[in-house]
Amino acid sequence: MFSNNIVENSYDPFQMYKKKPETASPFNFVERSKAPVTTGTSVVAVCFKNGVIIAGDTLGSYGSLARFRNCPRIIKVNDNIILGAGGDYGDFQYVKDLIEQKVIDEQCLDDGFSLKPKSLYCWLTRIMYNRRSKFDPFWNNFVVGGLQDGVPFLGTVDKLGTAYCDKIVCTGYGAYIAIPLLRDAFEKNPNPTEQEARDLVVKCMEVLFYRDARSFPKFQLAVITKEGVSIEGPLDIKQNWEVAYVTQN
Amino acid sequence: MSSIGTGYDLSASQFSPDGRVFQVEYAVKAVENSGTVIALRGKDGVVFAVEKLVTSKLYEPGANRRIFTIDQHVGMGVCGLIADARQIVDIARREAANYKSQFGVKIPIKFLNDRVSMYMHAYTLYSAVRPYGCSVVLGSYDPEDGSSLYMIDPSGVSYGYYGCAIGKAKQSAKTEIEKLKLTNMNTKELVKEAARIIYLVHDELKDKNFELELSWVSKDTNGLHERVPEHVFLEAEKSAKQAMEADSDSDTEDM
Amino acid sequence: MFRNQYDSDVTVWSPQGRLHQVEYAMEAVKLGSATVGLKNKTHAVLVALKRASSELAAHQQKVIPIDEHIGIAISGLTADARILSRYMRTECLNHKYSHDSYLPVSRLISQLGNKMQVCTQRYDRRPFGVGLLVAGYDDQGPHIYQTCPSANYFDCKAMAIGARSQSARTYLEKHLDQLSSSSLEELIKHGLRALRDTLPNEVELSVKNVSIAYVGKGVPFTIVNETDTGKYLGMIEGEERRGGGGPPDRPAEPLRDDAGDQDQPPEPRPSVAMETE
Repeated sequence: MFSNNIVENSYDPFQMYKKKPETASPFNFVERSKAPVTTGTSVVAVCFKNGVIIAGDTLGSYGSLARFRNCPRIIKVNDNIILGAGGDYGDFQYVKDLIEQKVIDEQCLDDGFSLKPKSLYCWLTRIMYNRRSKFDPFWNNFVVGGLQDGVPFLGTVDKLGTAYCDKIVCTGYGAYIAIPLLRDAFEKNPNPTEQEARDLVVKCMEVLFYRDARSFPKFQLAVITKEGVSIEGPLDIKQNWEVAYVTQN
Repeated sequence: MSSIGTGYDLSASQFSPDGRVFQVEYAVKAVENSGTVIALRGKDGVVFAVEKLVTSKLYEPGANRRIFTIDQHVGMGVCGLIADARQIVDIARREAANYKSQFGVKIPIKFLNDRVSMYMHAYTLYSAVRPYGCSVVLGSYDPEDGSSLYMIDPSGVSYGYYGCAIGKAKQSAKTEIEKLKLTNMNTKELVKEAARIIYLVHDELKDKNFELELSWVSKDTNGLHERVPEHVFLEAEKSAKQAMEADSDSDTEDM
Repeated sequence: MFRNQYDSDVTVWSPQGRLHQVEYAMEAVKLGSATVGLKNKTHAVLVALKRASSELAAHQQKVIPIDEHIGIAISGLTADARILSRYMRTECLNHKYSHDSYLPVSRLISQLGNKMQVCTQRYDRRPFGVGLLVAGYDDQGPHIYQTCPSANYFDCKAMAIGARSQSARTYLEKHLDQLSSSSLEELIKHGLRALRDTLPNEVELSVKNVSIAYVGKGVPFTIVNETDTGKYLGMIEGEERRGGGGPPDRPAEPLRDDAGDQDQPPEPRPSVAMETE
């Protein structure tokens, strides 16, 4: 492709760009990423009466080291979609670029159609499952929220391509800590107002900060309703360590 | 064009004895049969205006637009075979997206112009393809570099302009544009002038129906290329029509 | 042999800036039987005239379903239409697979336009010799699109293509104001009347030679069966036939290809088909 080698075995300046011939050797295998590098932790999301809330803190962990303190991972996709992500931050940024280009492509067409949350959720499911089938997954959990023709929509996809929709979605550590809290609250009040939902999510972020060693007391909170998208933050988690003495031995 | 029909004008990969590539010149003819497109570059942005001829009343109004958005900050007006032009639009969009994915910033219009020009030029080199039957005008506004405007011919040649016109009435449109003090004008004023020129150069006898298309990219739009808002459009159209009437009144007085 | 020296290839521009090969391809559309597309506020309808290649053959299919929300009627080379319809089906399917929603009609058409354009610019290809009327329904309502071999396409309120279709277009233009407010049934009747106007005097519409299809709000693309076609035909029966809205484009086409001792077909006179506007 790059050069026509007329003289056989002569020096090929493009050699380094060419694919090396595959040989069957036990040492010649490709190693895929088996762990994320810089990671974001939980994403907490709930549907309320006329919208969706997604929240996540701004920490980029490097293993157990709290290395980057300002890594926003809740974004506005367009006027009716918000997206939250956990897991490998580099993978998230890559996928984010793809999505942003998709949205720009659509804006350029200027044909009156814009991406809907269910479509983005489906598309993410496809790319995630596709990559995992190559044993080279995007190491992320994505949470898609928005209004599908006016009705609140909330769905999530993980690195294996597992995808589901629910009124409550939490990823990462939040799946263990926040989901029980939210289920409990939703059982008592299945159709919370925006304020109720917001209080719930903030409470979950607080509890997660106490319990999750990869968490951080600053977070973003995105709300989507008919009125549009607002992404707030970084907000502070109010902390109360008065009970800490109880845990001393 | 004395060498027309001598057999040296059948392929883009062939020169005529006097050193011309006729196929490219013929492609330019296709552009000259098309509805007029003008673009004006003012001090704070670029305005596009198109005379879109409508050949049947069975068509929906507003269809087959001839002004396109290439990237958020770049507009393109096209003239000639619309099907060919859409292909150029597609290529330009890909180049813009490709640049952004590589460098993380919007493509400077200078580079976009280079890339699209080279693409169109490639189609003038081979006998297996024909040159594109369209010209395109690229315009953008950048807070640092100000506004810029380029026009690319079917030959793949491009120049930067302060104001340009292509299509059927390019001569009379150019004359009108030359009367304007473009560098002193802002896009709000230019929109009105652009609409007026399109109405003025439209030939009512040959082409009955047309739709006016207007777009801009300027400081006021935050460097985004967009169709002009409806109220601006209506105002520009109205004043264009008034200017036309005033013009025809004075014509009758002269008689 | 050549009409002129600039019409041998699609890659050759004429000194006037025309592409004769593409214009000839536009003529192929007029060789197909007529088809009519029209829409109201909620539905888009296709009505097409079918031909049979012989007494022993079935009538040639004219309407092709693409997806639940899109269907096409064709005029010109059926084999070329099958390539295009396969492409359109694939695009719709891929979009549904990756986005869990129907592909907007306008986007499908613009993709198709770009595919068709490539064949008008390369030495090793020829333009598609078929015109399509695309009926579709999406979030922006019903649509009728017309596509040409020149890779032009038009968003239409109503349209007719194919042999002697000028008469149908005349009918549609005349009744354009009534279309958007009419019911689906009236719309189909308008379509049938427009189609009937394209027929030579000795030919009648029948359940065998007419295809009706529609798509609309909450209604997937449907080709009407023979029984219902008969009912619709019955509704316009007995009305005075207008016998065409003027002189036909060319002498009456036989409804069967082997219709017997025909005079030599007249020399086609290509119109300037490259609409550059």
